[in-house]
Amino acid sequence: MAKILIPSALRAFTNGQSEAYINGATIGQVLGNFAEQFPQVRRHLYDDQGRLRNFVNVFLGDDDVRSLKKEATPVKDGDVISIVPAVAGGTPELSKEEISRYSRHLILPEVGMDGQKKLKAASVLIIGTGGLGSPLAMYLAAAGVGRLGLVDFDVVDASNLQRQVIHNTRAVGRPKLASAKEYILSINPNVQVDTYETRFTSENAFEIAAGYDIVIDGTDNFPTRYLVNDVCVLLGKPNVYGSIFRFDGQASVFWAKKGYARRGPCYRCLYPEPPPPGLVPSCAEGGVLGVLPGIIGCIQANEAIKIILGKGDLLIGRLLLFDALGMKFRELKLRRDPKCPVCGEQPTIHELIDYEQFCGVTVVEEDGKRVNSFDITAKQLAGKLAGEPIFLLDVREPEEYQICFIPGATLIPLKQLPERLTEIDGTREIVAYCRTGKRSAQAVELLRQAGYTSAKNLAGGIHAWADEVDPSMSKY
Amino acid sequence: MPIIFEKPHLTEIQRHGEATYPHECCGFLLGRVETDRRIVQQIRAASNQRNDSPQNRYEISPKDYLHVDREARESGLDIIGFYHSHPDHPARPSAFDLENAWPGLVYVIVAVTHGKAGEITAWLLSDDRSRFLPEEFATATDFKNFQF
Repeated sequence: MAKILIPSALRAFTNGQSEAYINGATIGQVLGNFAEQFPQVRRHLYDDQGRLRNFVNVFLGDDDVRSLKKEATPVKDGDVISIVPAVAGGTPELSKEEISRYSRHLILPEVGMDGQKKLKAASVLIIGTGGLGSPLAMYLAAAGVGRLGLVDFDVVDASNLQRQVIHNTRAVGRPKLASAKEYILSINPNVQVDTYETRFTSENAFEIAAGYDIVIDGTDNFPTRYLVNDVCVLLGKPNVYGSIFRFDGQASVFWAKKGYARRGPCYRCLYPEPPPPGLVPSCAEGGVLGVLPGIIGCIQANEAIKIILGKGDLLIGRLLLFDALGMKFRELKLRRDPKCPVCGEQPTIHELIDYEQFCGVTVVEEDGKRVNSFDITAKQLAGKLAGEPIFLLDVREPEEYQICFIPGATLIPLKQLPERLTEIDGTREIVAYCRTGKRSAQAVELLRQAGYTSAKNLAGGIHAWADEVDPSMSKY
Repeated sequence: MPIIFEKPHLTEIQRHGEATYPHECCGFLLGRVETDRRIVQQIRAASNQRNDSPQNRYEISPKDYLHVDREARESGLDIIGFYHSHPDHPARPSAFDLENAWPGLVYVIVAVTHGKAGEITAWLLSDDRSRFLPEEFATATDFKNFQF
């Protein structure tokens, strides 16, 4: 029997025991029996090939077994074996390859070796690898940011390619994370890319964001925007904000860290409450100029790099507005709201809430899919159309109707709906649809207010119809 | 779970980092691990064994470890982590720190810029060994205000 002294690092796997008496004639046997008794210890002591890891030192009495007969070193009764963690580390330095790669940074006095090392030591979390996430991830990787975290759960769709330049034509149908990671590493293999194939939610947000210096929301939807804001305020992290719609973009840096000298407003100081659901159309509904997220995403990347370097004037307390058609930049001053519910003097929000509910998005799970309670799925609609009298309302524009439509639909564009309510046949069950379900959600809201309380919305719009019912239909 | 430093250990760590500047300093954190917090009761300076590149590497010899571990065990303490300095560099763990890290141990880093100690951070290895997660810490004087 030999006595093994267990380092505190491994005691989580030995039921808290600080020593153990183990049989064995050699060091190898004793350690093998030890790992047998406490199976979770094994992966910390041995690598995949079954060799002792190089940061594990084993001492017999006062001697390193590497200087004796290694694992064949004989063990007597009463011997004391110590498992000693190697303790080492150091400051990041730049390799020759990195020095060549970053030379245009290194000769800038504002960056230099110090700044480049700061970039290498930095970590940035990017939520969404879409229009904004693409240029963000690409430029931050190229600039030498050491660790990028990416959160996404979507797959690449053909309609993404017009602006989401991190994904290419061959990637259509692939998970966005796999496609983005591959491209980032092709730009700069020195970057560590951590991927989170999940929705960013109140349940996982703290855990994911805690390990990063900066958080950037590239998703452009209200629930995530408020969630990112609150997570950043509560963790004291900078939130580099960007938003795009059609030809207009916005950017700012929200950094409401308490006690921080450059403390600025947060997103809630600007917009305490979200707009009613459906009022602000998304890019999927309203369209977006492909280069616009490129420009706004680059502005966000620029600010993230300045935060890391500690140089320049950040967009703290300033909202930058960009008009791509007029080609104009404007700037608005933002002030901290002392009554802000999350960063104000007497905050009422101390933990994360249900952001979908807060933003008025009612969501229920159905067949594993998340749908609004007024929603009907494409399959359900197909079933109803076969047997029941349905008034099918298409609220898209005439140009879209020309591309494709669901047979039997009546076209009344959303904007004309308030004046044309008399054309609705209230004797039948009403189902409205549009391209992806956002505009028709507004139409349903309007119809319900006008007394058509049974009106339903086709979840996922004509896209879902093409996916689930009629694969021959074109998607646009 | 938070780390509580019972004495002005953080100032001691900063002084150690300034004394060895421009080289890296390193040392042990001794104390105990409770169910909801880690308590540092003593720190012990170590000598940096990396004579080849002490300005950006540190290493504590296994013999020093063994020696300190024995003394600690005799007085009812454990080695619960380590500290080191980053001369002219932010207090963020490097890839080298990650490669050599152990689970469950606290890694404290102090930034020393132009000879003056600044930011101190504390880190723990994530379960999958992929990265360090920042850990909250406080000194005993803040202790009363500390929320659990």
